[in-house]
Amino acid sequence: MSGNTEEHGPLFMAVILAGGLVFGFGLALSGMAKPEIVLDFLQFDDLGLVFVMGGAAVVSGVTFFVGTTFLGDAPVTGRQYTRRVKEFDRNVLLGGAVFGVGWGISGICPGAAYASVGIGNFPILWAIAGMFLGAYAQGYWRSR
Amino acid sequence: MSALVPLAAVGDLFPRGIAQYALGGLFVGLGASIIYFGTGIIAGASTFLESTLSYVSDADRFNRRKYLASRDWRVVFTVGIVAGAAVYAVAFAGGAWTTDVQWWRLLGGGFLVGVGTRLGKGCTSGHGVCGIGSASPTSITNVATFMAVAIGTAQLVSALGVNP
Repeated sequence: MSGNTEEHGPLFMAVILAGGLVFGFGLALSGMAKPEIVLDFLQFDDLGLVFVMGGAAVVSGVTFFVGTTFLGDAPVTGRQYTRRVKEFDRNVLLGGAVFGVGWGISGICPGAAYASVGIGNFPILWAIAGMFLGAYAQGYWRSR
Repeated sequence: MSALVPLAAVGDLFPRGIAQYALGGLFVGLGASIIYFGTGIIAGASTFLESTLSYVSDADRFNRRKYLASRDWRVVFTVGIVAGAAVYAVAFAGGAWTTDVQWWRLLGGGFLVGVGTRLGKGCTSGHGVCGIGSASPTSITNVATFMAVAIGTAQLVSALGVNP
C-alpha cells in the first residue's frame, strides 16, 4: 500500500484537479451535460455528439501515442505510460447493452452527470442516485 | 439548386452546428491528457461510483485494493469535473440550466447505466474516449454495443410518446 500513498501528495492532487477542471469544462461546453442533447443525438435529430467523442478520442489517441512512444515515466508518480487495453469477455457485451438501455432512457452517463451538477442541473441528482444504486447492486451481486 | 440539397441535408444533421461539439470534445481529451502526462493514469469517470462506495460499504467488491488506493483522487477528479462545468456555466453560458427529462427516466436510466458501466468495465469516457484512443478492441466492441442499443432504446422511448 505504501507504493500508492506517495501518489497522494499535493502536486499529484493538483494535477488530477486541473485535469478534472478541463475535462468538466469540456463536457459542459460540448452539451453532453444536457440529457436533451444526448437524446437528440440518439434520435438522429442532431449528430453533433460524434464530434465530441471523436474529438476527445483523437486527442487521447495522440496523447497515448506520444506517451508510450517517446516518453519514459510520468513525472509526478513515476508510473510507466501505458494504453488502456482491457480484457475482453462476455460481460463487456452484456454491460455495454445494459449501459446502452440506460443511456437511451436517461441521456446521461457518469462523467456528463457530474458535469451536469456543475451547470446547476439539480434534477440530475436523480440520475446520480440511480448510478450509485446500480453500481452498488452490481457490486453487491458480485460480492456474494 | 441541386448543389444546395446536400448542404441543406448536412445542416439538418447538425442543427446546432459543430463548433461547440468539436471544441468541447477537444477539452475533454485535453483534460484526460493533463492527468495522463502528469501521472500516467488513464482516468475514466465511472470507477468513481465503485471507489466512492468503498467509503460506506463493507462489501468485498468495493474494498478491493485498486479502489481503496484510488478513491481519494477519484473524488478530487470528480470535484474538478463539477467545478470545471460550473466555470463554463457562469463564465460562458450566463448561469444555471436544468433538464426537463422526467425524474423516473433519470433514476431508472441512471440505475442501468450504473449496472452496465461496472459490468462492462467502463463508460463513455473510459471506453469511449480513452479506450478508443488506445485502439482497444474491447473498448471498440463495448462502444459499438452501447451506441447501437442506446439508439434503439431512445428511438423506442420516443416512439412510445415519452417526451421529454
